[in-house]
Amino acid sequence: MIPLGHYLVVSAVLFSIGTAGVFLRRNLITILLSIEIMLNAVNLSFVAFGRAQGNVDGQIITFFVMTVAAAEAAVGLAIVIGLFRHRESLNPDAFTLLKW
Amino acid sequence: MIALIPLFPLLGFAINASMGRRLPKTISGGLASLAMLASFAVSVLVVWQVAHLAPAQRVIEQTLYTWIASGDFNLDLTLRVDPLSSVMILVITGIGSLIHIYSTAYMHEEVDREFARYFSYLNLFAFFMLALVLGANFLVLFVGWEGVGLCSYLLIGFWFEKKTAADAGKKAFVVNRIGDYAFILGTLLIFVRFQTLDFQRIASAVAPLGVEGTFGTLSVATLLLVIGATGKSAQIPLYVWLPDAMEGPTPVSALIHAATMVTAGVYMIGRNAVLFSHAPKTMIIVATIGAVTALFAGTIGLVQNDIKRVLAYSTVSQLGYMFLAMGVGAFGAGIFHLYTHAFFKACLFLGSGAVIHALHGEQDIRNMGGLKAGLPITYWTFLLASLAIAGVPGLAGFFSKDEILFETFAYGHTILWTVGILTSLLTATYMFRLVFLTFHGERRHDAPAPQHPEEEETPAPSHHAPAHHSGHLHDAPAAMALALVLLAAGSVVAGYVGIPGALGGHNALGSWLAPSFSARGATTLADRAVGEVGEPEAGAAGAEAGSGTELSLMVVSSLVALAGIGIAAFIWLKRREIADKAATTFPGLYKLLLNKYYVDEVYDATVVQPIRIVSTEGLWQGIDVHVIDGAVNGTASIVDGSSSLLRRLQTGSVRAYAGSLLIGVVLILGYYLWR
Repeated sequence: MIPLGHYLVVSAVLFSIGTAGVFLRRNLITILLSIEIMLNAVNLSFVAFGRAQGNVDGQIITFFVMTVAAAEAAVGLAIVIGLFRHRESLNPDAFTLLKW
Repeated sequence: MIALIPLFPLLGFAINASMGRRLPKTISGGLASLAMLASFAVSVLVVWQVAHLAPAQRVIEQTLYTWIASGDFNLDLTLRVDPLSSVMILVITGIGSLIHIYSTAYMHEEVDREFARYFSYLNLFAFFMLALVLGANFLVLFVGWEGVGLCSYLLIGFWFEKKTAADAGKKAFVVNRIGDYAFILGTLLIFVRFQTLDFQRIASAVAPLGVEGTFGTLSVATLLLVIGATGKSAQIPLYVWLPDAMEGPTPVSALIHAATMVTAGVYMIGRNAVLFSHAPKTMIIVATIGAVTALFAGTIGLVQNDIKRVLAYSTVSQLGYMFLAMGVGAFGAGIFHLYTHAFFKACLFLGSGAVIHALHGEQDIRNMGGLKAGLPITYWTFLLASLAIAGVPGLAGFFSKDEILFETFAYGHTILWTVGILTSLLTATYMFRLVFLTFHGERRHDAPAPQHPEEEETPAPSHHAPAHHSGHLHDAPAAMALALVLLAAGSVVAGYVGIPGALGGHNALGSWLAPSFSARGATTLADRAVGEVGEPEAGAAGAEAGSGTELSLMVVSSLVALAGIGIAAFIWLKRREIADKAATTFPGLYKLLLNKYYVDEVYDATVVQPIRIVSTEGLWQGIDVHVIDGAVNGTASIVDGSSSLLRRLQTGSVRAYAGSLLIGVVLILGYYLWR
């Protein structure tokens, strides 16, 4: 049986990769994908904790996160399409209208 | 029952104010007059009830509701009719009704809307004035006091499109404010001292006290009240608003600025007779103010050329007489003069209104003359009222003025008496100068008006139609004639309610009023001093010892009155050039009088301008602009400055925000993990 620590290490690595993707990539779609990776990293740790505790709470909350993530992806992609129609660009640095 | 008296005019005001603009003149004017007549009828009934009580218990009270209940302080909205207020309500509603009826004709040239506005103000005034005289405590009186001031302001400035009228209204209001401020202070001081504002309770609380020889609480409180009274009753130093108040419609001058409102100060002193008689220092000040004002205003009245201004100064002068009476402790005589003065002065004002009406707005007596034939009703009523005010024996003014002069003499104020007699001479002279210049001699109306640059009156107010052909004159229409005749009759007979003991009467009015000037159920030293006012037979100055003196004084003042008329007749009927010669011989004196002793200019230089300069330069440009606005603008620019630094944080770069979010989360989590 794989110990809990391994799962958590994989989860932390996935989360860091996601975070790095959010900060470093200049494409909005890639950033959205990175956010999905971060969410799934968290999901993984939930499930791992649930299994270590011997109950299903971790899996239940994971389903919630997946549902919300699906909705978020739908809304996020819609916004990205809307932005692209306005600016012909997916670079987040192009969208600075709210700046002083 | 008592509440109905002020309620009727209030109702009339409410109707005329809310829908008067849609009512035709006959209805709005008729409604207002009807309200006053109803109020008069109720007043008569109430006074009838009061008269049927025993003299000591002549009081009817009605508490409408408890106005203020705070801790152990209770203040009821109470109306009280006693002998003093019964005289006042009869004068107000009786003469008020006549003036309302007169106004329906006088104001007929106004459009419906203005006509209704006029009558709503007039009814509102009657309501407040009745509240003033019926109120049983200082606060109700004060409500009426301020209310009549407001109505006075509204009615002086009735033709507010005219700048002089608007300014005159403002002046009256501001000058009255000065007096009212002192009045409030006096009221508060009395409350602090006696813990009550009810007149009767104050009187009973004061009665057992000794007379205050020095300047103590009572003197200061009464003095503050007197300052309020000088504002309302147009006495030195606050009289300046009354002559300017003549910018209002003439019936208003008759009602508010001659017969009723300006007597409020005199009434207030009479109402607090017990309090005032315990403050002899104040009393002597009141008497002096009265005598000086009487003489001062009389001299100005002698040279004025505007018919209404002469009457205005005459009013100030007669109010001075009333103050003199109050000041020497002759409260009954003061109220007696108030009552007779209401008749003949209202008649004079209404008569002058009829003249102005007939001449289409002409107010300068130099352009009048010879109106006797054209305006017989006006002439005869005006003449009777002039005879009454001059103090010709047998008419109303004779009895009341003589009683004041006699009481002044009897209380030992010889100098004040001399001033009073001198004023009496002046009164007869200036009144008959007015009569002769207006009604006798040649018609000067067609002659071009003499241009006097120092005259600031504006003849022909805009509301009057431009002069028609002035060949034929219209005497007063029926409604105006009715009021004139009734008031003239009043000027003749009104005095007979107070025939002095020396002439075989028993001063019915004096003994009727006497209970109002003493504290109920308390006999003290001061009470006796007050008591002898109304009942000459009770006091040392009365009956046996006094009647000889009184008779000779009467002869003196009658002679003085006749002499005054004679002087006027000689100068302005026979030898008019004497007046002009006198004016050219003493140009300084003449100009001084014509310009009213430059009091307005002196006030302007010493009070108005300094306040204006301090306000503009100091309070406005200094404190308001720099301190107050500076603080507000300063706060704004501090926020602005710090914001312009802070807003640099908002870069608009989403990744920068996300980065700061991450750093924050890491820092907070790190803190809790490695704590």
